[in-house]
Amino acid sequence: MKISKPFWIYTMIAIIGYVIVQVMISSGQLDMYYSNLFITMAINVMLAVSLHLVIGITGQFSIGHAGFLAVGAYISAICTMQLQLPFIVGLIVGAVVAAIAGLIVGIPTLRLRGDYLAIATLGFAEIIRIIFLNWDYVGGAAGMQVMQQTTWTYAFFGMLITIIVISNFTRSRHGRACIAIREDEIAADAMGINITYYKVLAFAIGSLFAGLAGGLFSHNFFIIQPAQFGFLKSFDILIYVVLGGLGSLSGAVIAAVALTIISLYLQDFPETRMIIYSLVLILVMLYRPVGLMGTKEITDLFKRKRKGGDVHE
Amino acid sequence: MNNPLLKVENVGIQFGGLKAVQGFDMELFEGELVGLIGPNGAGKTTSFNMLTGVYKPTEGQITFDGKVTNKMSPHQVTKSGVSRTFQNIRLFKELTVLDNVKVANHSLANHSLMSSVLRLPAHFKGEAKMEQQSIEFLKIFELDKYKDELAKNLPYGMQRRLEIARALAAGPKLLLLDEPAAGMNPQETRALMDLIALIRKKFDLTILLIEHDMGLVMGICERIYVLDHGQLIASGTPEEIRSNKKVIEAYLGEEVTI
Ligand SMILES: Nc1ncnc2c1ncn2[C@@H]1O[C@H](COP(=O)(O)OP(=O)(O)OP(=O)(O)O)[C@@H](O)[C@H]1O
Ligand SMILES: [Mg+2]
Repeated sequence: MKISKPFWIYTMIAIIGYVIVQVMISSGQLDMYYSNLFITMAINVMLAVSLHLVIGITGQFSIGHAGFLAVGAYISAICTMQLQLPFIVGLIVGAVVAAIAGLIVGIPTLRLRGDYLAIATLGFAEIIRIIFLNWDYVGGAAGMQVMQQTTWTYAFFGMLITIIVISNFTRSRHGRACIAIREDEIAADAMGINITYYKVLAFAIGSLFAGLAGGLFSHNFFIIQPAQFGFLKSFDILIYVVLGGLGSLSGAVIAAVALTIISLYLQDFPETRMIIYSLVLILVMLYRPVGLMGTKEITDLFKRKRKGGDVHE
Repeated sequence: MNNPLLKVENVGIQFGGLKAVQGFDMELFEGELVGLIGPNGAGKTTSFNMLTGVYKPTEGQITFDGKVTNKMSPHQVTKSGVSRTFQNIRLFKELTVLDNVKVANHSLANHSLMSSVLRLPAHFKGEAKMEQQSIEFLKIFELDKYKDELAKNLPYGMQRRLEIARALAAGPKLLLLDEPAAGMNPQETRALMDLIALIRKKFDLTILLIEHDMGLVMGICERIYVLDHGQLIASGTPEEIRSNKKVIEAYLGEEVTI
């Protein structure tokens, strides 16, 4: 079986990065504050990459991604806290329920042409938030206590699985069908692509990984509250994708990592943060409307350098 | 002759108050190369859209290869064996030339979602097969050396050819070409017509062609249908059409109003 060389190179680099951070955490060189930063980074990368599949690859404008994050967060917390199930089971159940929520939102709206999805996802995220807000079983507005169980190892491998699955999906006939839909829905349909099926599929996969991120998110903070999953959270995730470059997975990753670090330093100034975000967005729109990476990937830069010299296998 | 491959019976469509096409009847037999002509706005493209499921006719019935197709969605019609090009080129601009063709090849491979996500052997086999077949199609249209270019970067004439290559990759029995030579110079047009004759033989295709260049249509089509103001005003061999009074009027009328 042949898997492309770059795949192994990047996986190895990622795992080396994981080991370094892990060693630094175990040896106490990185305190809670910084290990938390790395975990948050991984979670945000998962959110960025999962939304990238929906918006950047399939071209469906979803602006309520935090809704699926919330479903994963609360469902996994119910599993571990109320039903005493193991953490890993909670993570899986949370992801699956988020995917089902994705199907429920996606099936009726994605069969219609046009941007109904944007409105539907926005509404969905609000409804989800209001449900948790008024549901005493999960603590209502005061929030729900959750045991801290997310470690760097969980977060890293959650992120790695998300990236591998979505990048493998994208580079296959299935992902190509999704990109064709993004490029020209009518032409894709005319070439035999079942456009509703692929839109719903991409949306459900995106929701699944947002749900998985939710499980890691809720078990990282001792408490979750509906207010954490409002429109601003959806907006944050949207910015990763737009800033990184619609259609670029590596762009989404880079933007998520960079903005996680920036927002950490601006944590105590939420207004400043929103102003800076808005300014950055305006600058991007003006000077680089395709985003940081456009539709290019880091791997493309690597390829161009090799061109001419050695032979592709 | 035996049963027609495509049978269009009394088909019509209305947009608001406008009857874009009405009472359209047509029969295509296997292996034929047939022209569909008519002045601007006659309803030619609209007819293609009904034949391919983009528009649902408000009346009448379309039967292709024994199946009623007028209620199917476009991808189902394509799978049943009808594929097309577009008058205003509709390539997947940000995809490479090769990937454009691969998209149409989609249904010829059958490796599952799981096999792709887990990179199982079936994925590699399926993708390799798609790649090889797609390159074959590109070679026919002499586009193989541009396979890694983005479709949007191709010159206009090649974009038109790529559209045909892509339509062919969907594996049709009936190929619908909507003004494939539009915007091409005479040499390019000539070369394209030879190419159409070639693929017709090679793939046992039935072809329906919309074209504005009268000389060209008369030269290569065996039969011709003429639409005017949404209505079929004539059909027959090129000789019959050339001497048809209604046709001459329709075209003269157009010139007078210009
Ligand atoms: N979706 C639509 N909504 C409203 N009117 C439409 C629609 N599609 C086509 N029409 C109208 O139907 C008529 C026929 O248009 P069509 O595009 O089929 O003409 P055509 O024969 O292909 O002309 P051309 O030679 O210019 O391509 C036109 O009057 C057009 O405006
Ligand atoms: Mg037309």
